[in-house]
Amino acid sequence: MTFPRDPLRAKGPSPLRRWRATGLLAPVAVAVVAVVASPLGFVIAQAAQAGWGQTRRLLGRPLIATLLGHTLGLAAAVTLATAVLGFGAAYLVERTTIPGRRAWTVALALPLAVPEFVRGYSWVSLFRSVHGYWGAVLVMTCSLYPLVFLPVAAALRHGDAAAEEVSRSLGHGRLATLWRVTLPLTRPALAGGVLLVSLYLLGEYGAFAMLRYTTFATAVFTQYKLGFDAASASLLTLVLVGLALLLVALEAWAGRRARITRHGALARPAVPVRLGGWTLPALVALATLVGVSLGVPLYALAYWLVKGSSTTLPSASVLGATLATLGYALGAALVATVCAIPVALYGWRRGTRPARAVERIAYLTRALPGIAVALSVVFFAVRWAQPLYQQPPMLILGYVLLFFPLALTAVRAALAQVPPGVEEAARSLGTRPLAVLGRVTLPLVLPGLGAAVAMVGLTASTELTATLLLRPTGTQTLATQFWVYTSGLAYGAAAPYAALMVALSVPSVLLLTRRSLGSTR
Amino acid sequence: MTGLSVVDLHAAHGRSPVLHGIDLTVPDGALACVLGPSGCGKSTLLRVLAGFHPAAAGQVVLHGRVLDDGRSRLAAERRGIGLVPQDGALFPHLSVAANIGFGLPRSQRRARVEELLELVGLPGLGERRPHQLSGGQQQRVALARALAPRPRLLLLDEPFAALDAALRAELRREVASTLRQAGTTAVLVTHDQDEALSFADTIAVLRDGRIAQSGSPDELYHRPADAAVAGVLGEANLIPAEAGGVDARTAFGVLPLATPASGSALALLRPAQLRLTATPVAGAVPAKVLGSDFRGHDHRVELRPEAVDLPDGLIASADRPWPVGGEAYVSAVGPVHVLPEA
Repeated sequence: MTFPRDPLRAKGPSPLRRWRATGLLAPVAVAVVAVVASPLGFVIAQAAQAGWGQTRRLLGRPLIATLLGHTLGLAAAVTLATAVLGFGAAYLVERTTIPGRRAWTVALALPLAVPEFVRGYSWVSLFRSVHGYWGAVLVMTCSLYPLVFLPVAAALRHGDAAAEEVSRSLGHGRLATLWRVTLPLTRPALAGGVLLVSLYLLGEYGAFAMLRYTTFATAVFTQYKLGFDAASASLLTLVLVGLALLLVALEAWAGRRARITRHGALARPAVPVRLGGWTLPALVALATLVGVSLGVPLYALAYWLVKGSSTTLPSASVLGATLATLGYALGAALVATVCAIPVALYGWRRGTRPARAVERIAYLTRALPGIAVALSVVFFAVRWAQPLYQQPPMLILGYVLLFFPLALTAVRAALAQVPPGVEEAARSLGTRPLAVLGRVTLPLVLPGLGAAVAMVGLTASTELTATLLLRPTGTQTLATQFWVYTSGLAYGAAAPYAALMVALSVPSVLLLTRRSLGSTR
Repeated sequence: MTGLSVVDLHAAHGRSPVLHGIDLTVPDGALACVLGPSGCGKSTLLRVLAGFHPAAAGQVVLHGRVLDDGRSRLAAERRGIGLVPQDGALFPHLSVAANIGFGLPRSQRRARVEELLELVGLPGLGERRPHQLSGGQQQRVALARALAPRPRLLLLDEPFAALDAALRAELRREVASTLRQAGTTAVLVTHDQDEALSFADTIAVLRDGRIAQSGSPDELYHRPADAAVAGVLGEANLIPAEAGGVDARTAFGVLPLATPASGSALALLRPAQLRLTATPVAGAVPAKVLGSDFRGHDHRVELRPEAVDLPDGLIASADRPWPVGGEAYVSAVGPVHVLPEA
C-alpha cells in the first residue's frame, strides 16, 4: 500500500480535520466580495449624513429633473443606435458572404481602443460644431457599438444554425427567419451588450465634459470638485447608482426569457447568406462605420501629432507619465486578479446558492459608475484613513474596485478551460486541496490569469475619472496629463498622450475580441 | 472479508433527499455494479463513497474504517479510493506518464508507471499528451492513474458511456479482466443493463434512492424481485399465472417453475423464452404481428395476443423476420420465475 495509513478509528476524523476539508475558500471569497461591494455602502452612508430635509431639498431641485432628462434622453438614443449598428454589423460579418470577414471583425472591434474622452477630443478639436446632445450621441455611439457587436457576433458564430434551418424548412423566408428566430436567439447577447453600453453612458465623465453636455456623472464631478459639497455629490451619486441597478435588473429580466439551450461543440455553423448585388452597399456601410468610428480619431491624432511637433515636445513628461500609468495599472491588475481567484474558484466549484449569490454581487459592482467608486474611496480615506488620502494605495484600491468584475470575468473564462472532474480526480489520488490547487488548477489557468492581468492593466491605463479624483499629489498619468492639456485647449501637446493611450488599448481590445469570438472559425 | 459496507445511507442535495437508506455490501476483490436510470441517485451514491458529497445519515465503512457516518467524514484525499470519471478527466497539462504518476510518491513513479502502462495495454505512450489520445486510450489512462496508488476501492462512473458501441464492449471486458488481475474491489455505476450484466459479480438495482434488489447478474436477470427490476435488466413479458407448487398454469399451458411457489402471481418470460410458429402447436396462442425489428443477432417481434388473460403486447426474440400485420402462434418455454402480483 502506498497510501498513508492512519490508525483505524471507529469515530472518524476529528472536527479539526473536517474543518480543514471544507476549506477557507468560502470565507475568503465572501471577504473579497464584501470589500468590492463596499463603495455602495459608503455612498449610502455619506448620503445619509445629508439628513432628510436636505435630501428632499436637493432631490426636489429642477437640476435633478434636467439631469435625469439629459441622461435618459442620451441613453435612449445611444442604446438604440448601438443596438442597430452592432447587430447589423455582426450579422453582416458572421452570417453573409461579405469579403474580408476576419479583417472587418477586428476593424469593427477596434474603436474600443479609443477611450471616450480621446474620441471626444478628436471630434471637438477638428469640428467646432460637434457638442451638446447630438455630439454626445455621435461620440458615444461610435465608442460603444463594439460592446454590442462583439457579444452578438459571438452568439451568431457559436449558436446552432439548426433552428434557422428548421425555420426556413417550415416556409419562412430569410427576413422572417431573421426576425422570428435569429433575433430572439441573440437576445441575451444583445441585452448584455446594451446593458454595458448604458452603464458606460451613466459613468462617463471625460467625453461629456469635453462636449459640454451635462449628465449625472459630470454634475457629481462638478459638485465634488468645485463646491466640495460631499453630501449633495453623494446624493447625486446615489441616484446614479439607483439608475444603474435598475438597468441591471432590466437586463436580467430580458436575458432570462431567452436561454440558449445548445451551443459549443454540438452546434454547427450556419451557411452564410449570399449577398450578391448587395455586396457593395454592405461594404460601403461597414466602411462608413469604421471610417467614422476609427478613421476620424486616428486622423485627428495624426493631425495634432504633426502639428504639435512644431512646438517643442515635453518628451520627459511623456515618459514619466507612461511609467507612472503602467506602474499603477499593473499593480492594480495584479491585485485584482489575485483577489478574483478565490471568488471565481468558489463560484466554479460549487453551484450552491450562496456561491452564486457571492458571484452575482461581485458582478453587480460593475454597475457602479467609476465616479461613484472613486468618491467612495475618497470618503473612506478622508474619514478612516486620512494619512492615505491622495497616496498611491488609494489609487490602486480605486482601480481594483473598478476593474474587479473585469478580472473576475477573465479568471472565470480561464477556469472554464479546466475540464470538470480533474480536481476531484486529483483528490481521489490522495492530494490535499491546497496541493491540488498548486499542481492542477493553477497550472491549467495560468495563461488565462496572464490574460486577466493584461486586460485589467491595459484598461486601467486609460482610466480618467477615478484617476483625476484619486491620484497622488504631483503624479500625472497619461490620462490626467492629457486632460490638463486639453482643458487648456493645447490640442497639439495632448496628442502624444492620447496616441499612447490608444496604442496601449489595442492589445486588450484584440484580446477581448479573441476571447469573445474564439481564435479561429 | 467485507470490503465495502454501506449501512442505511441517506444523502440529500440541499433540502431534497436523494438517497433514502441504501444498504450495500461489496466483498473484497469483487466487482459490483450499481444499475439504475438517470436521476435515481447513483452518481450521488458514488460521490458519497468517494468523499465529495456528505452523507446525511448512515454509515460508509471500508475495510473496517468508518469513512462517513453523517456527522464526520474523512477527506476524499485520505480515503484511498480511486475514481474513474465518465470522461476520464485527465490532467490536460501533464503527459500520460505524469498523469499516471500523479498519486505516487516521486521515488516510486518511474517503475510503477511503466508497470501500469503495460497493464492497460499502452506501453510506450507515456510521453503523449492526453489530447493526442483516442477516447478509449484516455479511459485506459484514467484507469491506470486510479489504480497506480493501489486503492482500497475503485469507483467507475459510467466510464464507457462516451465511447462507441464496439469499443465500449471491448474496453469493458478488458477493464473487468484488468481489475480481476489486480484483485481490486470496484464499484461501477451505469444505466446500461448490458454493461452491468457483463461486467459485475454482483449488481444492485437502484431506484428512487433505494436499492430495489441486489444479487448476482444471473439471479437478477432470471429471478427479479418485482416487475420493475425485471424491466430494468432487460425486456420482460409478465403474464398472469396460477402457481401450484412446482408448476404454474398460464395462457401458454402449464409451465414448470424455476423456484417453488403457490397462489396467483405474474410469470416472467424473457423474449428468448417465447417461440413463434406459423402453424398452431400445443399450448400456442394466436397473435397478430405488430412489428418486427432486425437487431443483427435476432429479430425483435412485437405481438398482440388474441387471448383475454394475456397483456396487450408481447415481445419475442425470433431468428427470422415476421411479416407485419400477419398471424403467428406464440408458445412459451419454461422454467419460469414468478413474481408477486403488483
